[in-house]
Amino acid sequence: MARNPTPLMWTLFGAGGMLSALLFPIHIFLLGLAFPLGWLEGPSYESLHALVTHPITRLYLFAFISLPLFHWAHRFRYTINDLFQLKQGTGIVAGICYGAALVGTFTAAYTLWTLS
Amino acid sequence: MADTITLDVARYGPETDSEPSFQSYEVPCREDWVVLDALNYVKDQLDGSLTYRWSCRMGVCGSCGMMVDGQPKLTCAVPLSDYAPGPVRIEPLQFFPVVRDLVVDINDFLEKLRKVQPWIVRDEEKPIAEGEYRQTPAQLEAYKQFSMCINCMLCYAACPVVGLEEEFTGPAAIALAQRYNLDSRDQGAAQRMETLDEHDGMWGCTFVGECTKVCPKNVDPAGAIQLYKVASATNWFKSMLLPWGSK
Amino acid sequence: MGFEVSDGTHDAGRPRLYRRPMPLGWWLQNGAYFRFVVRELTCVFVGLFAVLSLWQVRALGQGAEEYARFVERLGAPAFAALSGVTLVAVLYHAVTFLNLTPTIVVIRIGQQRVPGWAIAGAHYAAAVVLSGVVAWILLQG
Repeated sequence: MARNPTPLMWTLFGAGGMLSALLFPIHIFLLGLAFPLGWLEGPSYESLHALVTHPITRLYLFAFISLPLFHWAHRFRYTINDLFQLKQGTGIVAGICYGAALVGTFTAAYTLWTLS
Repeated sequence: MADTITLDVARYGPETDSEPSFQSYEVPCREDWVVLDALNYVKDQLDGSLTYRWSCRMGVCGSCGMMVDGQPKLTCAVPLSDYAPGPVRIEPLQFFPVVRDLVVDINDFLEKLRKVQPWIVRDEEKPIAEGEYRQTPAQLEAYKQFSMCINCMLCYAACPVVGLEEEFTGPAAIALAQRYNLDSRDQGAAQRMETLDEHDGMWGCTFVGECTKVCPKNVDPAGAIQLYKVASATNWFKSMLLPWGSK
Repeated sequence: MGFEVSDGTHDAGRPRLYRRPMPLGWWLQNGAYFRFVVRELTCVFVGLFAVLSLWQVRALGQGAEEYARFVERLGAPAFAALSGVTLVAVLYHAVTFLNLTPTIVVIRIGQQRVPGWAIAGAHYAAAVVLSGVVAWILLQG
């Protein structure tokens, strides 16, 4: 692991950016607006539960949560550096951002693994 | 169209000024003039002390780049009448230290350029008796776009990361590194990658994309940098998955 | 904000260079820079929705009642407004992200490079198809 991890972070950033570009709009529209506001009839608790506990859905949701978090971490890190013209402390900003994405990833793994 | 146009030109004299100020000149606004012609008119007719760089007047030498109304332009390539009725603001290229008036210091750029070794690197030169290195049209096509760069530095003046991040190698130099990497005669890709991969050589780039927009030669430095990132990421995964295969 | 002039005293023969400091509001001076920073800041909403999705999965695991309460909370005006803003931000992210795909994805067929519009178009098509699949699955139940 002696190598600079930036290429890995950039790859995760790109993957998360692509995933969220392709899938987030429909998810937000349906689950964030259309179902809660009653514009469309959402799935019942039972059928949604059955869907989400399916192994493929668990894997899908793991990628769906983790990769966009790394997208955020990488992009936000550079935005903070550039907006505030940080000369020092860029390492701390990077650590906090990637660290938060890692925590989110582990929490997602745990939650999806133990979901019953 | 008005017969004249006002140029607001940034002036800076290192002996007397602590910061640049603007000086206005009224010049003819001729339909067949480019912005550089107006500056030459000022120099010849109004104020011989105005200092700026120019040479070929045909978009080849890359020395007359300036900020025209806040945008980096080759002044030999933009019609003056585009800015009528004026006034039009002429400033030295952004993000570069100013030597005098419209002349900027390019030493930092030249140093960055040198670091990416923009020449053909060979592990071993083949003997002259064996003849030249031959290349097919397809091999030429692979890098030709990136070889069109004239080092005019408009892309540096367009890129906020250049202004923010001293370590950043910058668009043109990375595009030229890519130009040699893609050249079938070259073997220096690994050395260049080492220079660019570490620190913020290329990773400072956040794909603002302005470099590609302002490039007068359609080099697409932004594209070159992204392809470089892809190559670096590919290397990274290769060295992780196949540790015995690297080097 | 002050101006810095490099100190030329160490080398009297060389002129003093004027270095313009980068203004703190550099991204407000130019439309392109502003759009760039807005694009970068959409990542906050991308991250936010990822966290919200995690929260939703958690609520789902805590039983029907807890989940009903979660959905009710989502429907509250403040939350719905946030979702609306998130949708707009994520759409902006999606458009800017997919528009840049042609610079990263270089596909050659023979000698010819596949044109940018075709590559971006393929990604937009993928977005539409995938959205259709997600909607079809969720609207069935």
